[in-house]
Amino acid sequence: MSALTRLAPWTYGFIAAVAILIIMMVASGVGSLGSVLSTALIFGAISVVVATGQMFVIATGPGNIDLSVPAVLTLSAYAAMTAAAASGGSALVGLVVALGTGMIAGTLNYGAILALRLPPIIATLAWSFVFQSVAFNFGGEATLKPPAALAAFTSFRLAGVQIMPICIMGLTAVAALTLTRGVWGRRALAVGQSEAAAHFAGIRVKRVRLVSYVLCGGAAGLAGYLLAGFTGGAALNMGDTYLMEAIAIVALGGTSIAGGQANAVGIWGAALFFNLMGTMLNTFQFQAGMRFIIMGALIIAIVAIVPKPKVR
Amino acid sequence: MQQVANMPVGEMGAKAPLFLAGRGLSKSYGAVKALSDTDFHLATGEVVGLIGHNGAGKSTLINVLAGVVARSGGIFEVLGRDAGDWSANLARENGLRCVFQELSLCPNLSATENTRLLHPALKGFGWKQRARKTIQSALDTVFPDSGIDVDRPVGELSLGERQMIEIARGFSVTDSPVRAIILDEPTSSLGAEATRQFLEQVSRASEDGISVILVTHRLGEILAVAHRVVTMKDGLVISDQFNDGLSRSELVAVMGDLEPETRERRDAVVRDVPVFSHSSGLGDHDIELHQGEIVGLAGLDGHGQRERLRAVFDAARVSGLPVAFVAGDRVSEGLFPLWSIRDNLTIRSLSALSRGGLVSNEAADRLTQSWFERLKVRAPGIATPLLSLSGGNQQKVLFARALASDARLIVLDDPMRGVDVGTKHEVYALIRNEAETGRSFLWYSTETEEFENCDRLHVFREGRSETILDGERIEPNAILEASFGGLYV
Repeated sequence: MSALTRLAPWTYGFIAAVAILIIMMVASGVGSLGSVLSTALIFGAISVVVATGQMFVIATGPGNIDLSVPAVLTLSAYAAMTAAAASGGSALVGLVVALGTGMIAGTLNYGAILALRLPPIIATLAWSFVFQSVAFNFGGEATLKPPAALAAFTSFRLAGVQIMPICIMGLTAVAALTLTRGVWGRRALAVGQSEAAAHFAGIRVKRVRLVSYVLCGGAAGLAGYLLAGFTGGAALNMGDTYLMEAIAIVALGGTSIAGGQANAVGIWGAALFFNLMGTMLNTFQFQAGMRFIIMGALIIAIVAIVPKPKVR
Repeated sequence: MQQVANMPVGEMGAKAPLFLAGRGLSKSYGAVKALSDTDFHLATGEVVGLIGHNGAGKSTLINVLAGVVARSGGIFEVLGRDAGDWSANLARENGLRCVFQELSLCPNLSATENTRLLHPALKGFGWKQRARKTIQSALDTVFPDSGIDVDRPVGELSLGERQMIEIARGFSVTDSPVRAIILDEPTSSLGAEATRQFLEQVSRASEDGISVILVTHRLGEILAVAHRVVTMKDGLVISDQFNDGLSRSELVAVMGDLEPETRERRDAVVRDVPVFSHSSGLGDHDIELHQGEIVGLAGLDGHGQRERLRAVFDAARVSGLPVAFVAGDRVSEGLFPLWSIRDNLTIRSLSALSRGGLVSNEAADRLTQSWFERLKVRAPGIATPLLSLSGGNQQKVLFARALASDARLIVLDDPMRGVDVGTKHEVYALIRNEAETGRSFLWYSTETEEFENCDRLHVFREGRSETILDGERIEPNAILEASFGGLYV
C-alpha cells in the first residue's frame, strides 16, 4: 500500500486546499496570497459552521439530512437583525435570537419527521419553504443591516490575525471532542451505525436524533448571524450556496453519508478547499457555467480518490 | 429410540412403486451440517409425516427433495431414475409440488395471477379466464364454500385465506398431473373446519395415487392422515415408524429424547416482591421476575416469545429499572460494525463512565479490560475491531456489554445462536453466577436444553404464556407437552 492511500480520508481536503494555494501562488505571485487566504478563512469558517451542524444530522444514520439549512440560515439572520435593531443595536440579543430561531427550526424539523413519519428529506424540504416565506415577511426584498458590534467582530483582527475563524476553530475542537468522548456524541454514532442495536443498547434513539437536528438548526442560525455581520446584512438569497456545498464538505471531510462515522476537523480542510477553489476559478476568470463544471468535476475526482471508510 | 428406517419398506411401499428415494443425502453450509447422511423414500400414494424440533433438519431435507437447495452428497432417484442435478424446475416437471411455510404467493397479485406463476401452460389469449377457472375449481374441491375472491390481491386477504389459496394452488392441475406434494406447516393459520377439509383432501389425494410429505408441529394431524412418521434430530433421521396405532406421547417421546444433563440445581429463589412484573393484557400469565431469578420463555418457534421479550424490555426501560439486552441476532440488533471491542462494550455504560458529559478513557479501558479477561475473549486487545472476531467471541462481547452495565434485569434474546458448545457452557456458568449475585434474567431460547438453567419457565402457545413450569418440572417432555397442548386436532 502506498503512502498516499494510507492517509486518513479527512486529510484529503487539506491536501487539495494546499494544492490550490500553490497553484495560485505560481499563477499570481506570493503577494496576493494573504488576501486570498483571509477571505477563504472567513467564508470557510461560515461553511464550517453550517457543515458541522449537517454532520451531526448525517452521522445519526442513513437518510438523515437537513435540507432546510439555507432557509433556516436566512430566517435566523432576518430574525436576529430585526431583534437587534429593535433592542437598540445589541449584538448579544441578535446572537440569542439567531441561535433560538435555528434551534426551534431544528425541533420543528424533527417533530415533523417523527409525528408525520416523513422521510427527513421531505420533512426538512417542506419546512424550508415555510421558513423561507417567514423570512420574506420579515423584511421583504430589503437588506437588514447588522448591529455595529457584530460587523466589527466579524472583521476584527488582532495583530493581523482574524479572530472570528479562530473562534470557529474553537467550536470545531468542541465538536470533535463531543464525537470522540462526549456521551451524546458516542450515542449519536451508535444510532448512525445501527438503530436497532442502539435501541437494545439502551439508547433513546429519538432523543439523540432530536438533539442532532436542534444542533444543526442552531449551527445554521449562528452561520446566518455571522454571515449577516460580515456581508453587511441579511438578504433573502444569502443561504442559497450552503445546501449542496455543506453536504459535499461533510462528505469530503471524512464523514460517512451512511452514518455512524463523523469527523469534525476534516470539515475545515474541505471548507477551505471549496472556498479557495471558488476564488481560484474567479481569479482565472472562468465563466459561471464553466466554474460549476470544473467544481463538480473536482469534487467527483477527489471523492473518487479518497479511500472509502469501511461500512459493513 | 425406535429404529425401523432400515427395515424393508413394508406393506405400503411393497405394493406401490417408489416416487422418490434418497440414500445418504447430505447438505452442509460451510462447517455446519444441516443434513448428514440421511435416507428417505416416498412411495406412490403414501402420506409421510415429518416431525422434529426447530433446526432438526426438516426444512433442509424437504428443500433438497424439492430441488430448492442442491444436495452436497448422496444418491437421489425419482420414479426409479437417477435425478442427477435436481432443480425446482425439474421437480415441477416431474409433478412434484411444494406448499411452503413462508407463504410463497406474491402479495400484490390475485390468486388467479399467482396461479399463472405456477402453471406455464396458462399462457396466450384468455389465460386469465383459464387461470381463474383452475384456481376456483381447486379451491372448491379442497375448501368448499371458502368464499375467497380469487381476483383480489392476495395481500388484502387474511393469513388463513392466503394459506388456503397456497394449498389449493398446490393441488391445482393444468397440463401435467400432480404426482407428489410437500406441505410445510400448511395449517399453521387455518381454523378447525379448514384444517379438517385439508386433511380430507390429503386422504383423497393419497387414494388418487398422489404422494404427500406433511411437515407439521401439529402431531394430531399427522396421526390422523400419515401412513408413516419420520422423526429428525440434528440433521439425522432418528426414527421411521409406521402409523399403526401410534400415540401422541410416543411421538413426543421420540422427539424429546434429549440426553440427560446432570447439573446442580441452584437454591430455590426467594419469591417475595418481584423486581419486575409484566402483564400482556391478554389475560395470560404475568411474567414476574424476582431477584436472582432466571426465567425462561419457551414454546414452539414464533408463538410470541420474542414479541413478549421485547415488550418486557421496553416496559422495564420505561419504568426506569436498569435493564440490558443481549441480542441473538448479532448483526442487525447487537453489533456496532465500525467500532472496536472497547467502544462496543462500553456503549451501555457511558453514563457511569463519564463525568460532566465526557467519557473517561481510563475508566472505559479498565472496565473493558476486566470483562475482556473475565470472559476470555480471544482477540489481540480491546482496541481490535469487533467485526474481526469470530461469532462466538463477538457474542461474548455483547454479553459483556450487558454484564458490565448497571442492569438489574438482563434480557436474553436467543443469545447462543451460532455459538459453539464450549462458549455456551462458559456463558451458562456466567449467567448462573450473576444470578447468584442478585441479577434477574429473562431468557428466550429456541434450544430446549438451555431451559435447564432456568428457575421458572413460561411456555408460550399462540402468542400467550399458557403454562408455567417451576424448578424440577422443567424438563424437555413437559416443555414439549405444554408447547403442543391443545394444538392438535
